[in-house]
Amino acid sequence: MRVIVNGVSHELDVDRNVPLLHVLRDALGLKSVKLGCGLEQCGACKVLVDGAPEFSCRRTVGEFEGMSLVTLEGFANETLHPIQQALLDHNAAQCGYCLSGILIAARALFDANPRPSRREIQIALDDHLCRCGAQPRILNAFCELSANG
Amino acid sequence: MADRAELPPSLVRNPELDQWLTIDAEATVTLRTGKVELGQGILTALTLILADELGVEPVRVRVAVTRTGVAPNELVTAGSMSIEQSGAALRQAGAWARRLLLAQAATVLDADVATLDIADGIISAPGGNQTVSIWELQGGRDFGTTIDELAPERSPTEHRWVGRGMLRVDLEPKLRGAGVFLQDLELTGLCHARVIRPPGPNHRLARFDRSRIEREPGLLGVVVDGSFLAVLAESEYDAIRIAGRASAAARWHDAERLPEVADLSAYLVANESAAFPLREGVPVEAEVPPLTWPLGARRVVAEYSRPYLMHASLAPSAAVALLNLDGHLTVWSHSQGIELLRGCLARALRMDTDKISVVHTAGAGCYGHNGADDVALDAALCARALPGRPVMLQWTRQQEHQWEPYGPAAHVRMEAALDERGRICGWSHDVWGFTHMGRPMPGGDGLNLLAAGHLAEPIPRAVPRPALRAEVGIHRNAWPIYALHAPRVVKRFVADSPLRTSSLRALGAHANVFAIESFMDELALAAGHDPVEFRMNHLDDRRARAVLERVVALAGGLDCPSPGTGTGTGTCTYTKPSRGRGVAVARYKNQASYAAVVVQVAVDPDSATISAEQVWIAADAGQVIDPDGLVNQLEGGAVQSLSWTLKEAVEFGRDGVTSTDWDSYPILRFSEVPEVMTVLIDRPEEPSLGAGEATQGPTAAALGNAVFAATGLRLRDLPMTPERLRRTAAGPGDA
Ligand code: FES
Ligand code: FES
Repeated sequence: MRVIVNGVSHELDVDRNVPLLHVLRDALGLKSVKLGCGLEQCGACKVLVDGAPEFSCRRTVGEFEGMSLVTLEGFANETLHPIQQALLDHNAAQCGYCLSGILIAARALFDANPRPSRREIQIALDDHLCRCGAQPRILNAFCELSANG
Repeated sequence: MADRAELPPSLVRNPELDQWLTIDAEATVTLRTGKVELGQGILTALTLILADELGVEPVRVRVAVTRTGVAPNELVTAGSMSIEQSGAALRQAGAWARRLLLAQAATVLDADVATLDIADGIISAPGGNQTVSIWELQGGRDFGTTIDELAPERSPTEHRWVGRGMLRVDLEPKLRGAGVFLQDLELTGLCHARVIRPPGPNHRLARFDRSRIEREPGLLGVVVDGSFLAVLAESEYDAIRIAGRASAAARWHDAERLPEVADLSAYLVANESAAFPLREGVPVEAEVPPLTWPLGARRVVAEYSRPYLMHASLAPSAAVALLNLDGHLTVWSHSQGIELLRGCLARALRMDTDKISVVHTAGAGCYGHNGADDVALDAALCARALPGRPVMLQWTRQQEHQWEPYGPAAHVRMEAALDERGRICGWSHDVWGFTHMGRPMPGGDGLNLLAAGHLAEPIPRAVPRPALRAEVGIHRNAWPIYALHAPRVVKRFVADSPLRTSSLRALGAHANVFAIESFMDELALAAGHDPVEFRMNHLDDRRARAVLERVVALAGGLDCPSPGTGTGTGTCTYTKPSRGRGVAVARYKNQASYAAVVVQVAVDPDSATISAEQVWIAADAGQVIDPDGLVNQLEGGAVQSLSWTLKEAVEFGRDGVTSTDWDSYPILRFSEVPEVMTVLIDRPEEPSLGAGEATQGPTAAALGNAVFAATGLRLRDLPMTPERLRRTAAGPGDA
């Protein structure tokens, strides 16, 4: 089956019933995609699917045939994407395990609306758990990005 | 020679300068520490300390991987002690290295050593035409020196980086999605394992029908050792899939069920306990003094409680283990105490400690002792079945929720007497709790690694014993910060916990500070005093007074923009949306950082939901090393405490824990987090103090005090769920 990941088309020889997350991490080596629960409850595994943030930990790779996927590896080259830079400038993390999923959701938000309100940012990130309590910093970073956007 | 006792304890344990740092050949410096990065930013803070003390730019400092037998042995990364311990040791190591390098340079440059200094690794003779670098002098070579006295350290005015900070050293790779976590390790031949746990805490494996999984594609092996059951497979998903099948092929003996616990507070108080009165904060084996009150004084009594709480790391615990064909076992772990883990693995596996190495690899935040050590044994047991191949074993989310060692429940009974002027003239604090000391220790009678108890030749858990040092476990922060006459404080240790428990961030300080600082508000109300003024009347410690004053000023006072409907009589019902602010103060462990917190809540009358809208924090952590890192820790602690205090309780029935995932154990979400504002009181003349656990207690109490200000309802049992608020509003008759 064929999927496009970070702009590159891949012909995958995999069992279609394997959850997307495992194909991305193991077959394609995209380790930014994180397993947090496998239950669609924490957001750590989200990836962009045709521009929309989706859980990857339960839905099988077969469901994504022909679609265009983006993971964090597809964000930055030399320079960081502005949403990554915003978190870096605010030291907006502790352990960082939640960051990949949060950046995926934020990317979709800012792509659709470069000037979201604080409330809109909170709602866009509400699928994402952060156990370290880094949310206030993450929100401040994205609010500032919104104000400058 | 100076007394070695003056040396930081980490240096006494690891006195060789080369254990701490190396001047590399390539214009960098390698820093070694026994403390590990848990997301708390410790490596950044240690980098700043060493950079300043030695005289190099922080970008030149590389932090070495922490590995047993190579890194200095600093036991565990816990208790907010890393800056105090590893920071003090590295500062001395830096001072020693600087002294030795300057002496060498004095010879090379033919200059008076007193005229020389190191600036970004370069030492210039006065006049500046002759220079030599520390890399030329010492690059790639050992110092071969034992640190046996204190070398003179730089004064705070000479610091360029300490107090200023820098961007976190570990953050950019994480933002780029680089595979920096243990779960991302890529090793040649890596395969995956999953463990199949018994259905309840006491179940034993009766039968396992191997034939039902033998033909599964990808299967590499099955480990059955007593009741320890695991499968090994080529890929992670194979392991998950086969573990599901294996679970169906396992039969378990019926087991003794957990006790019926309808009310944890009642269970704690009714169960057999050992009582230890505290003398100046230290529990002693002595008669518990009776409650005696001055004649005519007014008595106030209140009881508080918290349930079991979870660490609930965002990533399920994981480990990688590799048994080499020569018999050496290497384990990659996110444990907080890799040296202790090494000794425990040796015991559980009946191996020589020398034959085991543990390499620390970053995990998700753990907030204390979670499943990290347990899963390391699971992985090692699997690696033994497949020598020569590294085996990664990660728990499932449900396993993490059901099997991690929880933060213990607590019950606190406060009683005080007020004199006619409204001053406290009698104080009593009884705290009941289960052990917080569940970390695996290589010595002693039992072994606190989960699978050790499941093996065919099981090693049972260590019998919990009351810790009788100052400020540990159950009685952490039970001793009041206030200037009170003869406080009566009693630790009541309950050995028999239905659930396995261990250290969760802040330990007893969460429940004790919640109780004390809620009670101070209750007393202020009874005395007819303002809560801040009432605290000030009883507070001599100038640093505690300073943070309290600062936080109230930062918040602009305790009155809300739209005031609450609370009448202060406890009879109010919340008929319209009401707001309130509360304050609380504590010094963590009565010896680490001071923190005062104001919380503003809004209470929704329809849903009875309490939302934390704003949090203000003022903290004094002595000399500030990394201001933003410090603020980050204080804020993160406050948000986590809001989550614990508002929402969290480990639910369990007679067959085990029923909080098995994020739906059945909800935590604070993005839509529920407040704005947080923090100020630091920097005291460059004072030692740096740990701060990672300082806001946990004050935030909980400030929240309860804010709810009271908003509604007139005093919530004394955690968590402060809508259901609890409704029941409190309905009053005891309807409860
Ligand atoms: S791993 Fe997919 S939501 Fe948690
Ligand atoms: S930073 Fe640790 S979970 Fe978010």
